[in-house]
Amino acid sequence: MAKFILRRLGFLLLTLLLTSVIIFLITQLLPGDVARIILGREASEVALQNLRRELGLDRPLLLQYLTWLGNFLSGNWGISFSTGQAIRPFVLERLGNSLMLAELTLLIAVPLSIALGVLGALNEEKLLDNIISVVSLAVVGLPEFVTGLVLIQIFSFRLNVLPASSSIRPGTGFFEALPMLILPAITATLVLLAYIARMTRASVIEELKKPYVRTASLKGLLPRQVIWGHVLRNALLPTITVVAISFGWLISGLIVVENVFNYPGIGRLLTFAIDRRDLPLLQAITLVAVLGFALANLAADLLYAYLNPRIRFD
Amino acid sequence: MTTAALKISDLNVSYQQEGRWFDALRGVSLQIAPGQTYGLVGESGSGKSTLALSVIRFLSENGRVRSGKIELAGRDVMSLTDAELREFWRKCVKLVPQNPLPSLNPSLRIGRQLREAIYPPLNAAGANLKVLELLESVGMADPKRIARAYPHQLSGGMQQRVVIAMALASEPDLLILDEPTTNLDVTTEATILDLIRDLIKDRNTAVLYVSHSLGVVAQICDRVAVLYGGELVEDADVLKLYRKPLHPYTQGLLDSVPRIGQDKTKLQLRPIPGQIPGAELPSGCIFAPRCPLAIEICRSERPKLELPWAGRRVRCHRWQEIADNQADPRQPLKFVTASEVPNAEVETVLKLSEVKKRFAVQRSLSQVLRQEAAKQVRAVDGIDLSIGRGKTLGLVGESGSGKSTLARCIVGLVPRSEGDISLLDIPLARTLSARDKTVLRSLQMVLQSPDEALNPYLRVDQTLRRPLQRLAGLKRQELDQAVVNLLKAVKLSPSYAERLPGQLSGGEKQRVSIARAFASQPDLLLFDESVSALDVSVQAAIVNLLSELQQEHQSSYLFISHDLSVVSYLADEIAVMYLGVITEIGKTQDVLKPPYHPYTEALLSAIPLIDPEAAQEHIRLVGEVPSPVNLPTGCRFHTRCPRFLGKICGTTEPPWQEDESGKRINCHIPLSELKTLQKQAFNFDHEEV
Repeated sequence: MAKFILRRLGFLLLTLLLTSVIIFLITQLLPGDVARIILGREASEVALQNLRRELGLDRPLLLQYLTWLGNFLSGNWGISFSTGQAIRPFVLERLGNSLMLAELTLLIAVPLSIALGVLGALNEEKLLDNIISVVSLAVVGLPEFVTGLVLIQIFSFRLNVLPASSSIRPGTGFFEALPMLILPAITATLVLLAYIARMTRASVIEELKKPYVRTASLKGLLPRQVIWGHVLRNALLPTITVVAISFGWLISGLIVVENVFNYPGIGRLLTFAIDRRDLPLLQAITLVAVLGFALANLAADLLYAYLNPRIRFD
Repeated sequence: MTTAALKISDLNVSYQQEGRWFDALRGVSLQIAPGQTYGLVGESGSGKSTLALSVIRFLSENGRVRSGKIELAGRDVMSLTDAELREFWRKCVKLVPQNPLPSLNPSLRIGRQLREAIYPPLNAAGANLKVLELLESVGMADPKRIARAYPHQLSGGMQQRVVIAMALASEPDLLILDEPTTNLDVTTEATILDLIRDLIKDRNTAVLYVSHSLGVVAQICDRVAVLYGGELVEDADVLKLYRKPLHPYTQGLLDSVPRIGQDKTKLQLRPIPGQIPGAELPSGCIFAPRCPLAIEICRSERPKLELPWAGRRVRCHRWQEIADNQADPRQPLKFVTASEVPNAEVETVLKLSEVKKRFAVQRSLSQVLRQEAAKQVRAVDGIDLSIGRGKTLGLVGESGSGKSTLARCIVGLVPRSEGDISLLDIPLARTLSARDKTVLRSLQMVLQSPDEALNPYLRVDQTLRRPLQRLAGLKRQELDQAVVNLLKAVKLSPSYAERLPGQLSGGEKQRVSIARAFASQPDLLLFDESVSALDVSVQAAIVNLLSELQQEHQSSYLFISHDLSVVSYLADEIAVMYLGVITEIGKTQDVLKPPYHPYTEALLSAIPLIDPEAAQEHIRLVGEVPSPVNLPTGCRFHTRCPRFLGKICGTTEPPWQEDESGKRINCHIPLSELKTLQKQAFNFDHEEV
């Protein structure tokens, strides 16, 4: 197992290093001159040259990359072009917000979709299964801005129980923010629901066909003992991977949902950085997002291995 | 027999497929007394597994018991409610299925899985003790370790022991064993059969033993029923059934299995012609189309199950004549007119010298960092052998002996690590891609599973055209005729050219595979367990076919199989492999005579002979085949050898000893001593004709 963890960590570092190269190169290759973006169209050639020297843009590419990476690792994420403030506290605060939303979403989405998936599998091809399939697929077909707006219409304007805007102030705690998190979390849940539920349904159906289920039934166990004690242990293994990938998406990919609800997460910061061509900010966000994805996957791999003795005792 | 534990009366079971119902069982009645072991034999499609599943009410979704009654310990199984059924499963009936690994939950420890099965329930401490007790009762040396292990950490034999222990965790009224040893090595099978025999001896449990193997049933059962096409055709005490079968199908089954010592140069095997009935049943006796004794009445009127005398039932119009020896139910005997070539003139087709194959074991990160050399699996470790023109070399050994790896090295599917292989004096390159077309043409292979070896989307003629065109170099206009000739050679009608593999039976698919291999008229053919997956009646026909084709084309065979009976019938020479090396090699009739290598002796002793009265020595191998990563020092077999001499076996590699017949044995024990020890040779003589 220790060997396994070490190997996975090695892969993780390699992935991060590679993506950092890609991120760096892409931002370098983007059209437009950084110095001109900062100083504006009217700037003189001398001023541009000075700024380039100041930013180190005249040095060899490799050196620029290493400096950038070194700074990033030592916590110096640079100054935002557009706001002139240090990037790190800014991004970390938004990351905190994104994590809050992601946690609540998973808390709702995972149990709900697994339950629906298992219910569907146990009633394979019967009425309940068909209802679950049709409804969850219909919901996933709707874009987030539609479901989000419908939810706002119902819960904020008609029933007036939840706020329509989720623009929480910096430093708000989880429970304080909770009322404002619910609607965006439900919107994100609706996106994930069909995905996780169908995955769970398929793997439960697959497991139910295996001979060990017959062995368990023939011990005279109750159907729920067979499902909980025997089937789910094996059937939920693939679901773990799906949940981990969803977590990565929740941290950095909730661009539409965050914009609909005006929620200050990483997703909205990303649109902001792209709008302003704020390269250092963009680089920081992408690296953080990649790190989030990679860690979520690592956690999934480790959990998968821990729950699967065929990997644990290899 | 009113106290029968299991009583099945007039059972009819059907399956629904594509909207149509097919009968799987028709009017089957049988009884098993407490303490009785009742064998149920039949080929695939006979309905034997359906019967077992009906008894435990575990038919698949599309199966229905249409009528009939099943009573176990006085209770009507068909009328149990869901809750009663769970109780029934828990206490009254236990199943030991064919494949132990998938039958165990991969992510739960053995102990936990056993604990669940215990009945009556015990408290936690009691249950833990009981688990250890159960594991010990199935011969586990270290029950504590096993209880903590996960299924995949155990060998196949140990997994099957666990499943058996699970079945005994309650005191069931009925124990169903569904082919419990079919996928195990012959040596493991023998030890599991010993265990089963021991366990049921002192219990008053009724046992239903389902098997396709007449040998296993002969060795373990008190009474046997033969199923054919969903009908019970005969049932009797095991001795009486094997001594004097009254149904021609039973006789056919018994005759189609080669007996050790039977020789292909004298007599052909006696397969049952034709196939099992499909959805459309013949109007008379369902066996009539394949029966050598069928007369008018057999084709028009379905025979009833008759009771010739007490304790015996048979479903045949002509049983009386068979009983009185007025009609012979055996398939006609065919003598072989072999033209024996004197050995001295035989040209060598295949020659191997010092062939080795090593696989590197993947190193762990820490091993890489410490720059440790990768460990190696010495799968094949120095093989010398040769095969002459028109001869067959049989290669036997347990799984893990390296026989399949050796075959793959010869065909070039895996590159050998060392050594030379030459075909007709042409040295063979290590990989397939480096060999030229003449080599590919003259060296072909037939795989085990015809289902997987044939492309399901290619018609038979398309499968056959490829090698004819590419290897045999035939012109386009010659192809059609060549396909027809090939089909005729493997005894298939030319109309099969149009069919897809899905429309063929298992035996027919294997015939197509053989035809494909023969298309390029190879000098050498490799058969890797090529007849092992077939039903015995079909297997016999394929074995005869191989023998005939060899006579006709003078091709040489390397025939790999775990089944010593088939090998001994087909092979002129036998090589026995253990852990990558040959332990004994010689002419077939010599290998089957003492002195044997102790390993050969154990293999022979493990064969379930098709004779309940056979006096067979019980030599059992302890433990598992050691890992080829850490090979035992000295003689590789010394860790399991029943005739272990002493220290020398563990320290020094044994010498080759040759007896007067030219057979060679790799063992420390002098041949003369082996001969005295093994005086009690197997009685393989049996009357033929």
